[in-house]
Amino acid sequence: MSDFTATQTPQEASMGDYFALMKPRVMSLVVFTAMVGLLVAPIPVHPFIGFVAILCIAVGAGASGALNMWWDADIDARMKRTAGRPIPAGRVQPNEALGIGLALSGFSVVMLALAANFFAAFLLAFTIFFYAVIYSMWLKRATPQNIVIGGAAGAFPPMVGWAVATGGVSVESALMFALIFMWTPPHFWALALFVKSDYGNAGIPMLTETHGRDATRNHILIYTLLLVPVALGLAFTSIGGPVYLTVAALMNAWFLKGAFDIWRRDDAASDADKHRTEIRVFKISLYYLFAHFGALLAEAALRQYGLGGW
Amino acid sequence: MAIRVEHEVHERRKGRNYGVGLILLGFIGIVFGLTVVKVIQLGDAGQFERFDHVARPQLIPQEEASE
Repeated sequence: MSDFTATQTPQEASMGDYFALMKPRVMSLVVFTAMVGLLVAPIPVHPFIGFVAILCIAVGAGASGALNMWWDADIDARMKRTAGRPIPAGRVQPNEALGIGLALSGFSVVMLALAANFFAAFLLAFTIFFYAVIYSMWLKRATPQNIVIGGAAGAFPPMVGWAVATGGVSVESALMFALIFMWTPPHFWALALFVKSDYGNAGIPMLTETHGRDATRNHILIYTLLLVPVALGLAFTSIGGPVYLTVAALMNAWFLKGAFDIWRRDDAASDADKHRTEIRVFKISLYYLFAHFGALLAEAALRQYGLGGW
Repeated sequence: MAIRVEHEVHERRKGRNYGVGLILLGFIGIVFGLTVVKVIQLGDAGQFERFDHVARPQLIPQEEASE
């Protein structure tokens, strides 16, 4: 006879299930943009402090992912795409996810404050709050503009990275924020147009369901048009330069053409070629973001050798 | 008598326990590394005196010290 009882869940959670709670794919984007924000800043950061800061930002993003999964477990269970997540699949208990989310939030924010500075830690705390509370608990189930405003949560990481180095905000970091903020809606809506979603069954007001697919096409074009000046404007700040401007001009022309192609189509044409244009534009949107932040990184690298910048 | 694993939970949760162990070790490494980097960045290790609780003879006025 043993002197304790180990609670056995329907399926035993592995380390991988706890890792999945942290949404590793979202985390990779967060790590990349935060790293760029940190590296392009004018004040150099010790490599180890930079590494720890990025790790804290990644863990903070993961913590907000765990809190999101805890809150959204009911709707995740109703959608095919998310039904296999650790909580709806029964491998992780909701309270475990809540505990992990809260603990990692606290750890990441305190560690970032100790490793870097209080302002960066405050921004990280606000990012976690924004994603877990403003987006997940409030906007997601309330308005079809959910991803527009919620996109801000994904836009904060380069700002946090910049704050790690400089201890503040600036035009440059605000524009990096604006770039991701304006990019998120057309990126996500292009996806919503070709993925057979069951958001309707789950009661989430996605734009494609509430206003229809044609309205979504209009929105994609409008937001892409608004995105262009933000992306090009960044070229004329202290972190921009000719390399960035060239990349931005090409990528914006490509993305804008894609948004225009989507806008010209209707559902019949889209169904006929199995959403080829929408899938293409979604892929372009991924290249778009990586190219812009990659170009910023290239400018920073060139500046080390006295090149780059204006 | 040798200590032996006697409950199946030890086997079942082996992966998790190793995982937590590795994370804790990593955390120790990070705190240690941060300490080393922060101390080196100070340049002058004498600055540490501000934070310790050791008596600092140089703060004692000359007259008192000579008594």
